[in-house]
Amino acid sequence: MPDTLRFLTRTSGRTRLDWTDWLSYTYLVLGLFLMFGPVLWIVMSSFKTQSGLSEFPPTFLPYGQRSVQVTGHEARLPLYRVKMPDGSTRELAELRRIGLTATMIDPAKPDEEIPVNIKDREKTSELRVATENYTELFGKLSFGRYLWNSVFITVVATLITLLFNSMAAFALSKYKFRGQKTVFLLIIATLMIPPTIILVPNFLVISNLGLLNSLWGVIWPAVATPTGVFLLRQYMLTIPDELLDAARMDHASEWQIYWRIVLPLTAPALAVLAIFSVMWRWNDFLWPLIVLSRSELFTLQLALNAFQGELQTEWNYLLAMTVITIIPVTLVFAFLQKHITTGIASSGVK
Amino acid sequence: MSESTQLDAVPPKAARSGVLLTGLTALPALLEPLMRFAQRVLGTRRMPWVFLAPNLLIFGTFTFLPIIINFYYAFTGGVKLFPSERPFTGMENMATLFDCTDYFNPSTCRKDIFWQAVFNTAKFAVLQVGLMVLFSVITALVLNKKIIGRGFWRGVFFYPVLLSPVVVALIWKWILQSQGVLNGLLIGFGAAPTEWLTSASWMFFWVILVSIWAHMGFYTLIVLAGLQAIPKDLYDAAQMDSASPWRVLRRITLPLLMPNLLVVIVLALIRAVQIFDEVFVLTGGGPGTATTFLVQFIYQTGFASEIHLYGLAAAASLVLAGALLVLTLLQLKITGSGEAKDDRVKGAAGHA
Repeated sequence: MPDTLRFLTRTSGRTRLDWTDWLSYTYLVLGLFLMFGPVLWIVMSSFKTQSGLSEFPPTFLPYGQRSVQVTGHEARLPLYRVKMPDGSTRELAELRRIGLTATMIDPAKPDEEIPVNIKDREKTSELRVATENYTELFGKLSFGRYLWNSVFITVVATLITLLFNSMAAFALSKYKFRGQKTVFLLIIATLMIPPTIILVPNFLVISNLGLLNSLWGVIWPAVATPTGVFLLRQYMLTIPDELLDAARMDHASEWQIYWRIVLPLTAPALAVLAIFSVMWRWNDFLWPLIVLSRSELFTLQLALNAFQGELQTEWNYLLAMTVITIIPVTLVFAFLQKHITTGIASSGVK
Repeated sequence: MSESTQLDAVPPKAARSGVLLTGLTALPALLEPLMRFAQRVLGTRRMPWVFLAPNLLIFGTFTFLPIIINFYYAFTGGVKLFPSERPFTGMENMATLFDCTDYFNPSTCRKDIFWQAVFNTAKFAVLQVGLMVLFSVITALVLNKKIIGRGFWRGVFFYPVLLSPVVVALIWKWILQSQGVLNGLLIGFGAAPTEWLTSASWMFFWVILVSIWAHMGFYTLIVLAGLQAIPKDLYDAAQMDSASPWRVLRRITLPLLMPNLLVVIVLALIRAVQIFDEVFVLTGGGPGTATTFLVQFIYQTGFASEIHLYGLAAAASLVLAGALLVLTLLQLKITGSGEAKDDRVKGAAGHA
């Protein structure tokens, strides 16, 4: 145990922690709690039953009210601990409730109905993981369709993004031609034009092209990213031109040079752009909100927004759906964090 | 035309889309003969333009053309979408937006919601950016120390950046609701629960806090990169003079971090002015108009309200564009002077 403690408090070069170190670790642990806590809370909540969710104050672990199957009744009945008039306590199942009086029965003797004042009873609870929040999603709320729409947009847009942006980056890094600088600056300048300020005219363009209420209406405007062109161009500049000249000697076409030589060598930068693109498209909200107004075309993000706005929000399903939406980005985060952080540090964009 | 496109995209034909997906991955192979043909016809000299064509076509269609149309919209009226059906009204949209007896009192304006949104956005941008940069710097300073598991801790603060705005909003809505965990904790500590979601001033506070929570990891990374660029020998020299940590921070770290910090501040301002998604889902702009920001005004005027006032929305986005232009020029000026911070500058608006 002292060994563990020494290991944990070990610092490089110095023998003991000074006060700034203690302050730092306190800050970090607090940060861990604040940054992951809210997400963890959503995950825990998503495993609660609907009645478990309405408990207040809420519990951390998913507790649900116990229920029992009674012969002669189709649905399972909720169980309560009831204080009887004679002072004893019994576990009874609720049949129905009118105002302050509940009609209850003993699961062992289902024929005898006992009227109980609701003051005299309390819910019995047990640890219960409500996996049905997840399994029932696919039948309900056409969840599968939203998932498909999101996956389709993300995958197709990312593939086209990689192709188009690498082509442009190739032209801008491996050729010298008139107007090159102008084109590069023009592309970089689009970074300064946030999509939010051209919403209205873009809506016109999309509807003129007949892409309103089509997944392609979300995909096409998104595939030419200035970030991608910039990132790939910077990387391709480091590829020696001699490689290309040698290929030209062997009568390779320009496309072959791009496809067979430059693209494979750009793989690390392409990977970074692919990660970025997947996250951008998976998380997109405002533009899909405007283009896709028919519910069968909703992406997961749009569906989440639509359901949380409903009058009777079924939070148990909504929470499960939220958690499923978080899973891909969390996986990306867990396995590719290093690529993302170096990508951001080198380009300053996300 | 549009009808058939709509039907194409309906997922019962998922199988067809699947075929399309495989087709898409095979596309480059099909492109090869096509590009060879282009090279023969146009000559090698023109090939860069062929490689640029798809990108430029998309930028032209979905960025440059809309910019031009946006100006036209801003100076035309009516409720029709197609430009040819819209009567030219000159400055009328702008006049409507700026029709105020007292600019500092939104309720005296004809478009009171617009001015409310302008003030909300300004207040939000100043408070959010100020606090967020402060927290980012503190976090980056801590992460820059010799700590165990730096990669892990960096990840901890970065994780929320990856979450979608809708998810961020739902997470906090669930926490803040009247029967939520925050009120549960408050009761546990013996305090009175609060109706966070229906209190205008509390909601403004939470919108700022939530957006800091969601974005500070990104800025922390940039500040951290700036800290790591500070030469180590400066710190060694300070240690030899046995300077206090506080003095090292004030005399070495902060001055040398300044150029980097200015970029971060302007970058954060550019994003803050465009705040929309997470607030829209979390509060819908409410309670009342307490958290209605500029982009939401544009969205509501142009798309969500019963009558679509495209002209007014376009005029409002010109106002937003003006604000962003000022910020961008400011950024260029900062980064231009002192040749600061290499390419990071170009990140500007930062959303693709």
